[in-house]
Amino acid sequence: MNGGFVKDRLLPVGTALLLLIVAWYAGTYFMNAPFQRDQNERSNVTVTTSEFIAQTMSQPKPTMPAPHQVAQNLWKHTFGVKLSSNRSLVYHAGVTLSSTLLGFLMGTLLGIIIAVGIVHVRALDKSFMPWIIASQTIPMLAVAPMIIVILAAVNVTGLLPKALISTYLSFFPVAVGMVKGLRSPEVMHIDLMRTYNASAWQTFWKLRAPASVPFFFTSIKVAVAASLVGAIVGELPTGAVAGIGSKLLAGSYYSQTIDVFAALIAGSIIAILLVVFVDVVGRFVNVRMGGKPA
Amino acid sequence: MSQVQMISRSQKVLEWGFIIATGIGVAVSFTTNPSGPNYALPLFIGAGIGALVLRMRAKTIGNILSPATHLFDLALAIALFFAAISMLGDNQGAQSPGLHFWALILAAWLFAWAKVIQLSGAHFSGYAKWFFDLAIPALFGATVLFLWEAFVRGAGVPFVLLPPPSAIGARFLASIPILGADLYQTVFKAVLFGYFVGSIAGFLVAVLADRYKFLANGLLPIGNMVSALPIIGIAPIMVIWFGFDWQSKAAVVIVMTFFPMLVNTLAGLSASGNMERDLMRTYASNHWQTLLKLRLPAAMPFIFNALKINSTLAMIGAIVSEFFGTPVVGMGFRISTEVGRMNLDMVWAEIALAAIVGSLFYGALALLERTITFWHPSYRR
Repeated sequence: MNGGFVKDRLLPVGTALLLLIVAWYAGTYFMNAPFQRDQNERSNVTVTTSEFIAQTMSQPKPTMPAPHQVAQNLWKHTFGVKLSSNRSLVYHAGVTLSSTLLGFLMGTLLGIIIAVGIVHVRALDKSFMPWIIASQTIPMLAVAPMIIVILAAVNVTGLLPKALISTYLSFFPVAVGMVKGLRSPEVMHIDLMRTYNASAWQTFWKLRAPASVPFFFTSIKVAVAASLVGAIVGELPTGAVAGIGSKLLAGSYYSQTIDVFAALIAGSIIAILLVVFVDVVGRFVNVRMGGKPA
Repeated sequence: MSQVQMISRSQKVLEWGFIIATGIGVAVSFTTNPSGPNYALPLFIGAGIGALVLRMRAKTIGNILSPATHLFDLALAIALFFAAISMLGDNQGAQSPGLHFWALILAAWLFAWAKVIQLSGAHFSGYAKWFFDLAIPALFGATVLFLWEAFVRGAGVPFVLLPPPSAIGARFLASIPILGADLYQTVFKAVLFGYFVGSIAGFLVAVLADRYKFLANGLLPIGNMVSALPIIGIAPIMVIWFGFDWQSKAAVVIVMTFFPMLVNTLAGLSASGNMERDLMRTYASNHWQTLLKLRLPAAMPFIFNALKINSTLAMIGAIVSEFFGTPVVGMGFRISTEVGRMNLDMVWAEIALAAIVGSLFYGALALLERTITFWHPSYRR
């Protein structure tokens, strides 16, 4: 740990990121060069090599936008426009984030309820659990457009349909993780509760629930990332109204690669913030509950 | 002990519920004129009387039934489902079915429910255990399909909102050529290519990163971070770069499958114990020999875990990428266009196909894992 941070973390990760950016710039040059060469030939312009490279980095609709173009676009649409504006990435991120969080909360709640049921009712364990596991093998996101359209047909529009897709994607990891967590107490501890003549309710609150907390945070870390994917995909069939997903779709319609990259990075930033937030809360709770820092 | 008592109590409630619902259903049927075929009523009457007799004798025979009896009950449950549904005849929700229909639906449901609870509490051994471990969730699934069918057709839910399973099945069988073409385009071109290239690339980079610690230190944090990102968002970019056809979908699948394989293989390569590694050192084996003979076999469970995760990711990646633009064939294309035309039975057929393919893919991997990692404790008997 001591002194190893620079050598084992900063240096290798920094190198990898640096190489990524260099490769990105090289990719920008090589992918945009044919179009730019064509363009220059048509307008009979001869340029020096350095000018040509600069040109490939500053096309309005490049095949591959340069990192600084994306960064500028991101900056402009985050800080340069009004928050309520349709062009503001903060606005779109907010739309996506709200349905992500609503879906995440509903999914987590549903997952916990299902897990508690499965742990306590043997019939549910035998009949329902196999379906939960089997459903992991099914490409669930394929259902997303249909849910949106069906709910729109019964006049449920806006936040809720997208949140339902997030719910759908996020309750599986929580349910599976919580079943594992609620069953994690050792037989010895369960026997101890029995010698105390504890009821199922008491065993649950005093033993099973505390034991499941680490599992809970591990699974909601997966769930929150899945919810974000659900919210983004849920925005696709609504016809590009608002949200990160609609920015992606609109960008792909009009070949606005810079916009697509900016939206993608905005989505990634949200994802990282969410996961880091869950992680920090998980660590804090773990320490407060007397756990050893991992 | 209390668990067992609770099960038998709820089972009693369900069984009496079944008898009462059957009684109501049969009685109402005789006072009105049931429209369905005439085998439904005798079946229910027989099942109801049989259950009543069993209830009366329950004290003497207890709850211990032979597997053959359970098997008969399973068949009876399925028969009751079909009998109850057949009460609807050709009625597609144009007129609402009478009370007898709903009473018999309720009866069939309660019967299946009681059976699931009874089977969950029973103990089997050998092949019977294997069979009933599959039969219980199968009965549960059948119950869901049956209630869906009964609710949609009985209550007259508009077809465009939620088609009944029978209509989805009919549509599935009627459009096998289209489904086959979509399957070929999406799975056999995009998914399989992307899956193999992505997984193999992830594996090779992991082996390299394992050799050069600097690479592992650089890639692992990035790989872990990428797993949280909505990678599916690169789909529009790939469509712009590689065109509408399957190549762009395969590219998305490659990116999606690369990192799980990288992270899991790296974790797996450090899974072998110190003792075994020391043994390899006493044999004076070099890095590649240790890798090949000890550490790769030890990493196999992790690699298969990644392969399983990737099988789902690959399907999702290919289908969702098709929402961003595709030639006029493919599962994602079909889903998005048929949703637009409100042909929801076709959408459901496509989803059923995706579910079947996804499960088969996963099942094949599980089978392969079982043969390759036969030594792993989880497969020992």
